[in-house]
Amino acid sequence: MIRGWWVVVVFVGLVAVLAFGLTRDPSRVSSPLIGLPVPDFQAERVGSADESFDSNMLRGEWSLLNVWASWCTTCLEEHELLMRLSKQLALYGINHRDTRDEAQNWLQIYGNPYRASAFDEHGNVGIELGVYKVPETFLLDPDGVIRYKHIGALDEEAYRQQILARIREEKP
Amino acid sequence: MKRIIAWGFCLLFVGGASLAVDEAADERYQDLLYELRCLVCQNQSLADSDAELAGDLRKRVRDLIDQGMSDEEIIAHLQARYGDFILYRPPLALRTAVLWGGPFVLLALAVWLLLRRIRRSHARASGSLSDVERERLKDVLKRGPD
Repeated sequence: MIRGWWVVVVFVGLVAVLAFGLTRDPSRVSSPLIGLPVPDFQAERVGSADESFDSNMLRGEWSLLNVWASWCTTCLEEHELLMRLSKQLALYGINHRDTRDEAQNWLQIYGNPYRASAFDEHGNVGIELGVYKVPETFLLDPDGVIRYKHIGALDEEAYRQQILARIREEKP
Repeated sequence: MKRIIAWGFCLLFVGGASLAVDEAADERYQDLLYELRCLVCQNQSLADSDAELAGDLRKRVRDLIDQGMSDEEIIAHLQARYGDFILYRPPLALRTAVLWGGPFVLLALAVWLLLRRIRRSHARASGSLSDVERERLKDVLKRGPD
């Protein structure tokens, strides 16, 4: 037996652990809210201050809750996909730290994929949902339980693998 | 006149007491901010970070202190929304056991290796001679000084 073979074993093990660590994206922190009912919140709507957005609206069918803002450039990357998804899925928005004028303007220019958007001017709803990086997208089941959270722009691949797969699993 | 002075003292006392309460709350606020991590600039505490989220969370911490929540309740409040990542000191649990215990395991391993090495070199320095060494010694003694 070669003396000190175990040093090689330890070294290779250490390299393997560190290499695995490098594949993980530290800016994506998993949410403790997954598996729990969406937190209760009420807010005004972007469209009008008189209408309210209630988290109870998010029950009854599978839905996506998307956190967006007019100042968010990454949001434009996923916008086309959201416009398409809005034809087949209930899509709700949370307008994060924005002004009503700019938010409405943005929807007018790029199109409004949302059934309704909550106007979260000071980010309080965002804190309830643990939002830290706009855009974020939550998948909610018909009971209003958060099943998945996507951080950053949603793309076709993530939609199919993470969202559609979960919905299909439950209703074959 | 006496009455005015008495009232004055009363006011001073009440003012001083509420000032002390404010100071205690301020100190708790500062301490809490250094315990909590900003999720946007991940190596900064809520106290250090300029990110908008950090500002929102500072405001939330302030509000919760004013509502009379204890430090533990405030930390639990944020942990429930953002997860363990918001804590600079992760909780001691089975899934964090390696994190907390790892350094001590490594230390124990290092001490064990060191002791083994010391014991070996001791044995070599003071121990009896090997057969080969004995032969060589006999040779040298037989030959005598040159």
